[in-house]
Amino acid sequence: MTAMPPLAITATSLISALGRGKAATLAALRARRGGLAANPSPGIAGGGFIGRIAGVEAHRLPAPLAAFTCRNNLLLDLALATDGFADAVAQAAARRGAARIGVILGTSTSGIASGEDAYRARDSETGALPENFDFAHTHDFFSAARFAQAALGLAGPAFVVSTACASAARAFVDAAQLIAAGVIDAAVVGGADTLCRMTLAGFAALGLIAPGPCRPSDAARDGLSIGEAAGFALLERGEDSPFALLGYGESSDGHHMSAPHPEALGAIAAMRDALRRAGLGADDIDYINLHGTGTIANDASEDRAVASVFGDRVPCSSTKGFTGHTLGAAGIVEAVIALLALEAGLLPGGLNLTRVDPGFRARVLSANVERPIARVLSNSFGFGGANCSLIFGRR
Amino acid sequence: MMRAAILGIGLWGPGLSGWAASRAVLAGETPFAHIETPPPAPLLLPANERRRAGPAVRLALGVAEAAVTMARLTHPDLDPARLRAVFASSNGEGTVVDELLKTLADPAEAVGVSPTQFHNSVHNVAAGYWSIAHGGRAPADSLAAHDATFAAGLLKALAETVAEAAPVLFCLFDAPLPFPLSACRRTDFAFAMALVLAPEGAGAGALGRIAARFDPRDAALDRPRAPALAALVDGNPAAQGLALLETLARHESRRLAVPLLSGHLALAVTP
Repeated sequence: MTAMPPLAITATSLISALGRGKAATLAALRARRGGLAANPSPGIAGGGFIGRIAGVEAHRLPAPLAAFTCRNNLLLDLALATDGFADAVAQAAARRGAARIGVILGTSTSGIASGEDAYRARDSETGALPENFDFAHTHDFFSAARFAQAALGLAGPAFVVSTACASAARAFVDAAQLIAAGVIDAAVVGGADTLCRMTLAGFAALGLIAPGPCRPSDAARDGLSIGEAAGFALLERGEDSPFALLGYGESSDGHHMSAPHPEALGAIAAMRDALRRAGLGADDIDYINLHGTGTIANDASEDRAVASVFGDRVPCSSTKGFTGHTLGAAGIVEAVIALLALEAGLLPGGLNLTRVDPGFRARVLSANVERPIARVLSNSFGFGGANCSLIFGRR
Repeated sequence: MMRAAILGIGLWGPGLSGWAASRAVLAGETPFAHIETPPPAPLLLPANERRRAGPAVRLALGVAEAAVTMARLTHPDLDPARLRAVFASSNGEGTVVDELLKTLADPAEAVGVSPTQFHNSVHNVAAGYWSIAHGGRAPADSLAAHDATFAAGLLKALAETVAEAAPVLFCLFDAPLPFPLSACRRTDFAFAMALVLAPEGAGAGALGRIAARFDPRDAALDRPRAPALAALVDGNPAAQGLALLETLARHESRRLAVPLLSGHLALAVTP
């Protein structure tokens, strides 16, 4: 198979618990300042640490889009206004036409936090949801893509991809395929996920929430910390840009809904697929941003996969100790971090990582390394055994 | 223009219990009778997973397996474990989401969330169980686009067929939502369909062909010609696929518009 043509990345944006914008994110990574804090929620959605974005509640959507108001779309709107992203899309639309730009966003729970509130406000006699609950514009999966398309004034194909914690990474793949097939020339990809009771209580029920801030790759790691985030990337065919999507790889585990494959065969297949499509060898990768949730099983399985493909040569780390696990948004959070790593020459070492699991064979970074790099691979794995690896690099 | 051959078809809906049993109804040779029959048990799943699978997963896996089985009659080398898949559903496993929301809304929090319920609530639950059933390593995508789910899902599956130059299983499904969600999102009955799509050259024994493009102009949804089938379309977002299935069953050539959020998917279906 011949390598795919690099797909230009002409704009990005990110908001997470590390702050609003790429400069704030880079500053936090450099200063090794994480965004996790104790989870104040009581009951079954409580416990552990969370990566919450401050000040979201005060934000208002533009009046014509007010029906889309829910925390997830507020996060998306804040991300559109960050790092000049919406302006960059407007310029691309002026150049190419609004109908030539798709909107493909990943989310695992969309605006379900609004559904949670509506269920708490059910009519005590009939059980009906409150009349002002607007399912289609908030709770529904598609709400995220509808909102972003309307906010950006685009007119190409739009849909939501929801493959659990691989969602936003898969959005890059779906967009690359639509561009390769000639359906569109450019795409707004990325996504958002919101802190909500569903995921906090769900991961707690699985026994996967760490009591303290998560410690990916640590010998004493004891689970994950959930965070929220939203971010975007603008992918364009035939543009000059310093950075590009060089390859993507995807696979299924075909093993279990929520446990990784014991021999990590799916993760290995995704990384090899990405290298093949990029026309690169394992030695061409300078840094790997791990999925690295901080659970015992995930990190061990991923280490097996990384060591199998890359040996101990390529420095790798998870940045979820900084941001928390942003679930369906993790793919865009870590894509933007990968691009920041390329741009700034920063390999962020894992946070809260005092002693790398002695059983690990890959080269895990526990401290920041500053040096120029050319190519980064980012992993995102999700429930259902959905695996996605993306390779970003200089042109 | 994206082109693909259709190698296999799966179908489950009211009065439409499988492609073979429904072909005469879709072709207008036998009258339609609105009888809702539960989909077959997904025997391909290991017993544990079969017990855990919710109604939408059962529905999706039934049509997906039927389409692949049919495609293998003419293409025995088609390996379901290596077949790329695109699952598309407006509501996913809404029954499980409803149960979780009720649990989370209980002020006493008397019952915690069940871990199995939680992992069965993800939108890609059908894609996940499909790959588990076949021990498959091929990618299985999962999309949602409310009333545009058929158009967006087929657009993506065709783009993947063309871009990857490989066959792709497209599976579209929606199961009825329980109350109170049912009051905000109409899904009157279970409906699912699946197509095995292949690059144009690989079309020996094809059941039909599709040429498709994205058209930025708005267009109304083209419905089945038979009034009884046309009446089903508003009862489930996945039933928007009925006009395509009717065209294939009648061995007709027909142009079909399927609205996206903006613009539409313009299909040209030929025998």
